[in-house]
Amino acid sequence: MSILVNKDTKVIVQGFTGKEGTFHSEQCMEYGTQIVGGVTPGKGGQTHLGKPVFNTVKDAVEATGATVSMIFVPPAFTADAVMEAAEAGIELAVIITEGAPVKDMMYAKMFATKHGMKTIGPNCPGIITAEECKIGIMPGFIFKKGPVGLISKSGTLTYEASNQVVKEGLGITTAVGIGGDPIIGLSYKQLLPMFEADPETEAIVMIGEIGGTLEIEAAEFIKENITKPVVAFIAGQTAPKGKRMGHAGAIISGGSGTAQEKMEALEAAGVHVVKSPADIGKTVAKALGRS
Amino acid sequence: MNIHEYQAKEIFREYGVPVPRGGVAFTGPEAREVAQQLGGDLWVVKAQIHAGGRGKAGGVKLARSLDEVEKIAEEMIGMTLVTHQTGPEGKKVEKVYVEEGADIQKEYYLGLVLDRSLEMPVMMASTEGGMEIEEVAAKSPEKIIKVAIDPTIGFQGFHGRKLAFGLGLSKEEMRPFMKFAEALYNVYMDKDAEMIEINPLIKTGSGEFLALDAKMGFDDNALYKHPDIAEMRDLSEEDPVELEAKKYGLSYVNLDGDVGCMVNGAGLAMATMDIIKHEGGEPANFLDVGGGANPDTVAKGFELILQDDNVKSIFVNIFGGIVRCDRIANGILQATQQVEVNVPVIVRLDGTNAEEAAQILKNANIKNIIPAKDLADGAKKAVAAAKGEL
Repeated sequence: MSILVNKDTKVIVQGFTGKEGTFHSEQCMEYGTQIVGGVTPGKGGQTHLGKPVFNTVKDAVEATGATVSMIFVPPAFTADAVMEAAEAGIELAVIITEGAPVKDMMYAKMFATKHGMKTIGPNCPGIITAEECKIGIMPGFIFKKGPVGLISKSGTLTYEASNQVVKEGLGITTAVGIGGDPIIGLSYKQLLPMFEADPETEAIVMIGEIGGTLEIEAAEFIKENITKPVVAFIAGQTAPKGKRMGHAGAIISGGSGTAQEKMEALEAAGVHVVKSPADIGKTVAKALGRS
Repeated sequence: MNIHEYQAKEIFREYGVPVPRGGVAFTGPEAREVAQQLGGDLWVVKAQIHAGGRGKAGGVKLARSLDEVEKIAEEMIGMTLVTHQTGPEGKKVEKVYVEEGADIQKEYYLGLVLDRSLEMPVMMASTEGGMEIEEVAAKSPEKIIKVAIDPTIGFQGFHGRKLAFGLGLSKEEMRPFMKFAEALYNVYMDKDAEMIEINPLIKTGSGEFLALDAKMGFDDNALYKHPDIAEMRDLSEEDPVELEAKKYGLSYVNLDGDVGCMVNGAGLAMATMDIIKHEGGEPANFLDVGGGANPDTVAKGFELILQDDNVKSIFVNIFGGIVRCDRIANGILQATQQVEVNVPVIVRLDGTNAEEAAQILKNANIKNIIPAKDLADGAKKAVAAAKGEL
């Protein structure tokens, strides 16, 4: 078991024939992901990486039965691509693109929600179910199968956390990079209950960062609804106020959104909060009684 | 990206958000000319810097004659203004805004920001004009009235009424206020603003609402849609090192410590600062060299870090994914040939081909390059090196 995606998931790629789209689609296919086709307007009818290319998402869905779309189109066209996917009946859009305007994503997410389509990202590494299905740009080999679910705002910190978990002799069910933009798709609050319900997931790691209130909302949710152990790390304990730290959403504004307040809220909810990012793996092992 | 008050007011005028008449000036005589054209017998001379808190710091002054306008402008231009938002180093004033004096009857606060939980813009109003909104939020949150505006329906009458009633406005005041608020919402949406703050918004003796101050910030990702706004960028308001970093696709923020950091990925870069602190050190910077760290970005990274004389050691923390560690190791060696690195560099490379990378660094046998086996080991060594204990 896993959450959201597995070896049977059929995936199309929007922005399939572009440089990034091509490189990462190939990597995903190598990992075992069932990429069944792609969409590049104007290139319909061609074949790319041995898979059919379509002009529209609708055509791609009808011909392939795909339920998930991985989106690599440039920032100015990302919202359009997301909305096209929603309208065509895609169930989950994984938006890798970095740099999409916030206003565009605000409209796109509202439209997606209206059509019952879930989104992950934008500006994220994607989602991976270990040894089954990788939809994104993460290095697949780091994610070995095991009992830990992972939710993270940061890309490389996800790899770091998974690596630590694997070094403890454990592994990952599914890892979701939710992205660090001001408006994102699925977040802790929606993903935590999925991991809670997944019989193979025994513990959950959540990696947050400064800015916004998603981690605080997650803490409230965990308190009431999550019985599995949760280990959390919040990046940016030493970040100065009012400075954007790489991610568009990683900013302490007006004194709120600090790592401190997030860590306190999570601790109060019974989460194992680690201060050092080097302690994630160890703490998971301890929480599962495996150390 | 932020802009100056005078620029925000230009945009306001274009959208019918009422503002006092005024003009920008770069010299004393220019200020005098602006005042003369405005007419009247009372003017306000305002230093144009991006930071708030100008009034208390002496950056906003009243003038009752043209001579006084000129004199104040001359004093202000070239001075370094230190407000609670500029930091102790302050900001140099390069231009002033000369505005007609206003007949202030009452001051309010009005702002617009994105509510990240609700995923829509929220307009905030308060009767505590002139006070910082964070301070009001902390001391008397009940004095802040908020309305979330669903962009699919836009600004409606009920949004305006909720704010107006909340502020205790009279029936006569309601209509001009609502018109003001709606125009402001349109500015926010049309221009892909990140935030707008009017503090104070004033009601004049004749019952008009005017934006006495104006602060605007924009979504950097949307600037390509608004070349007119992108042109308003004032590079003198931005940190030169951060700007230099941006040119190379790097993200850099200067901090006070002495352990330089070079990391791939924003989250890991913040986590690296945190672990340095955790091990008893102080990070000198945030630096994200991006997913594809290559010899050129690494070399540039060293250059940026070493511009800061406080740096006593550098912690290179790279988790190689798609980019292989052996290539990064070679990149580091190449970079140290391009840039003179005279402090210990602690290198932690993990992920794809980490062992080959360790071997490459070992074989190179460069005195200043010290390999680390993992995140904690790297942080410990970097902190010790900065203290001269390695």
